[in-house]
Amino acid sequence: MVKEIERMGFPVVHMCTVVPISLTVGANRIIPTVAIPYPLGNPTMTMVDEKELRRKLVKKALKALETPVTEQTVF
Amino acid sequence: MGIKIVHYINQFYGGIGGEDKADYAPEKISGVKGPGMGLQAAFGDKATISSTIICGDSYFNENIEAATEVILEMIKEENPDVFIAGPAFNAGRYGVACGAVCKAVSENLNIPVLTGMYIENPGADMYKKDAYMVETTNSAAGMKDAIAKVAALALKLGLGEAIGTPESEGYMPRGVRRNIFCEDRGAKRAVDMLVQKLKGEVITTEYPMPTFDRVDPAEPVKDVRKAKIAIVSSGGPVPKGNPDHIESSSASKYGKYSIVGIDDLTPENGETAHGGYDPVYANLDLDRVIPVDILREMEKSGEIGSLHDFYYSTVGNGTSVNNSKKFAAEIAKDLQASNVDAVILTST
Repeated sequence: MVKEIERMGFPVVHMCTVVPISLTVGANRIIPTVAIPYPLGNPTMTMVDEKELRRKLVKKALKALETPVTEQTVF
Repeated sequence: MGIKIVHYINQFYGGIGGEDKADYAPEKISGVKGPGMGLQAAFGDKATISSTIICGDSYFNENIEAATEVILEMIKEENPDVFIAGPAFNAGRYGVACGAVCKAVSENLNIPVLTGMYIENPGADMYKKDAYMVETTNSAAGMKDAIAKVAALALKLGLGEAIGTPESEGYMPRGVRRNIFCEDRGAKRAVDMLVQKLKGEVITTEYPMPTFDRVDPAEPVKDVRKAKIAIVSSGGPVPKGNPDHIESSSASKYGKYSIVGIDDLTPENGETAHGGYDPVYANLDLDRVIPVDILREMEKSGEIGSLHDFYYSTVGNGTSVNNSKKFAAEIAKDLQASNVDAVILTST
């Protein structure tokens, strides 16, 4: 899906936990995330800390969307 | 006892449990378990599965290096002649685990390794050069056939017999080239092939070209503070009740869902339709899969231009590559029509 959307000219940042799969499917901007059932959270944290963690990951993703890349890049 | 074999399976086939047990750490048991019984029956007295290693799919994929090391040690202790993993069919995390363990065993213990999976399993592309990989159907309905092929190939490998071509043995091409003698010289074979082609007959190339389907990275957004961001996910996020009945695996459709007026995802307005991971955490707070809460706050504070009014979702669990391509092409058209600038795509 990442590839097909990017093919139409959109920069796509792929946020996922299993980075090797993301590399195999051809994502160009990759943000490693927390865990398979909760990529953007962590149920063992307090709500406040968990949200802070999510904010950090989203910030990283936005930064990746602003970054020129010439090849597959794991941020 | 013949050939000594160690077999690797996941928590499901190991009888430990489903997705709720996918974080199960590696365990070694003696003898056979699950599909190992079928393999052992096929071997008869020619080979013995001395022990079985069971590991949760999420555990493996979230700790690839550490898990591989532990499993490698377990296998080393057994000193087997052949190592078998799976078959994994179209289970993505299981396929990656089978491939990764095969690769590690082959490199470190220098014994033949084999596994089996469906051609679209991500583990196939990642590891088919590192292990003999029997091509299976996309579901365990093909278990009987898969077991027969894996067992036959395992015996050959264990006995040190010559292994035939991928077509004749039923494994995926590994990119290995071997010199052989042909009756006709190259020039004649090439002309024969050309004549066949001109006649409209089916030809078999002697040197298939690799297919590289890569997309060049798109230009970055100049300033996210002015950009319209859209969310797409293969983690199966849906409004509460899954109104379009997106299937929990092998999805035949995707959904487009409005988030107008939604600042936070809660158990009341969102859940996951995905059947390939433990849904407990996503159902409690779907922001863990698609970060609507944070993007809304960033929209308000001006850190992003705006959040697109809809998110797009499907279940990336055993869903065919063809379907995924089709969904994404339609989604991309919709994104274009909505003047979206960039996409955050989340996967579980």
